[in-house]
Amino acid sequence: MSAIIKRELREYFTLPLGYVAMAVLICFAGEYYSQTFSSGVSNIAYVFSYLITVVLFVVPLLTMRMLSEEKHQKTDQLLFTSPTNIASIVLGKFFAAIIFFLIFDFFMLVLFLNYYIFGASPDFMVFLGNSIGFMLIVGALISVGEFISALTESQVVAALGGFAASFVFWVINNASQNTDNEILLKISNWLSFSQRYSNFAEGIFDVANFVFFLSITATFLFLTVRVIDRKRWA
Amino acid sequence: MIEIKNLTKDYGGHIAVDDISFVVNDCEILGFLGPNGAGKSTAMNIITGYLSATSGSVSVNGYDVLEQPIEVKKEIGYLPELPPLYLDMTVKEYLNFVFNLKKVKLPKGPHIEEICKLVGIKDVYHRLIKNLSKGYRQRVGIAQALLGNPKVIILDEPTVGLDPKQIIEIRNLVRMLGKNHTVILSSHILSEIQAVCDRVIIINKGKIVADDTPENLSNNLSNDLSLSVVFEGEKEKIVKELKQVNGIKSIDFVKESNGECEFNIEPRAGYDIRKQLFETASLNNFVILKMSNNSLSLEDIFLKLTDESVSADVIKRSLKAKKEKEEK
Repeated sequence: MSAIIKRELREYFTLPLGYVAMAVLICFAGEYYSQTFSSGVSNIAYVFSYLITVVLFVVPLLTMRMLSEEKHQKTDQLLFTSPTNIASIVLGKFFAAIIFFLIFDFFMLVLFLNYYIFGASPDFMVFLGNSIGFMLIVGALISVGEFISALTESQVVAALGGFAASFVFWVINNASQNTDNEILLKISNWLSFSQRYSNFAEGIFDVANFVFFLSITATFLFLTVRVIDRKRWA
Repeated sequence: MIEIKNLTKDYGGHIAVDDISFVVNDCEILGFLGPNGAGKSTAMNIITGYLSATSGSVSVNGYDVLEQPIEVKKEIGYLPELPPLYLDMTVKEYLNFVFNLKKVKLPKGPHIEEICKLVGIKDVYHRLIKNLSKGYRQRVGIAQALLGNPKVIILDEPTVGLDPKQIIEIRNLVRMLGKNHTVILSSHILSEIQAVCDRVIIINKGKIVADDTPENLSNNLSNDLSLSVVFEGEKEKIVKELKQVNGIKSIDFVKESNGECEFNIEPRAGYDIRKQLFETASLNNFVILKMSNNSLSLEDIFLKLTDESVSADVIKRSLKAKKEKEEK
């Protein structure tokens, strides 16, 4: 697995894609940060919650080539005939993307520490809570993106599909607000990423949300392994 | 040792590999021969565990590919049809990555260096793979298969895209590997198989149509084939005398030029007429300038076995055409 993680990270930071994605995230983070701070609010939670919409676009860009490109270049023949199981390859790619966002989270920490430099004294737990929530939702989005990337050989399809899927998970509660159907409303609220994320942003640690994002991540990673394994039998 | 039993792969109605069984012994170089789409690559993909068989079993050195896939994969070095290269890596980075991916236990630096020397990619070691020529890419692919010194090496068309000198180098490499590895090599280039392999399996439409040494294949199928003989003398006289010879089934006149007459003489089954031909010729004072067996090359056998519509006649005709070409 470590070989895969290393290779993926190397790819993020030798190709422009990783840098561009990181730059976009940092730009938006800086912009939101300065906006909120200049209006006198020193709460990193706002920056995080604004950022999520950007992340919805950035994650599919990182996940689009994860498995589709391997298939397209036939390098999957190397991966899946090497003495490693499919799960550790899927996980390796997943963790590489997680590490990418952890690096970004470090920049967020720098922004947060700036509050102190400018004389504000926010609670560090707010940063920690938001970071954890942010990483949980990013993990779920990455697993969805990786799953879609396993379904196709085309990066473009994988990117669009990944974006569409993340978007559906994000706005599903808005879409169902026009219905009176109790069950539908419940399900959509239950599935909605944004509904659950808002709890983190407000500093509410709900174990249910924690478990929800981890389960979504695990489910999609599992499905990714199944999709790859099924192809061998087709 | 590789044991393949009743292997079948059904791609939803299209049967790519149809109930094939064979055994590859240790330190044997096996050639896998067949036209495009015969099922060579599919069979190799199943042996390496990339694809799963619809039915049948594969075991490599005692490990079953379904039950102990990791063990099997440890035993095998595989070069697929298209070398699985990451174009944006340098050769060094790529080989290091494969080394780690395969969890090779050997000392890293010396082992990679040894393999680079073996396949001749030392001078491109620090270059990006995407800037390499096809021949070098192929060799990096072979290097990747050799990493970790697997006991079984499976090469799917290893010499595609190489220049003649490189082809000879790779052939020598394969021969050398065959001394202490089990090698399966696929190709549709017959001379290659003939030059390198101890044994040939010819596969067509997913089925094995022949399994033997290259020499045996060529001998068995060319029994009782015609002789090509060139005499110096008059055509009518020669034909008249030849008709006296016992054991000749048919005499085909091919052509006459500068007093030389060429015939295709087919003996009856079981007869060796060469001695009699010589005696007849010397008695009647016409000189034999050339006498050769129209033995089938692997190419002809291949055509014969892989295409039922190619009758013996067509093979003969192709032989004739080949000869004419040579003469020109």
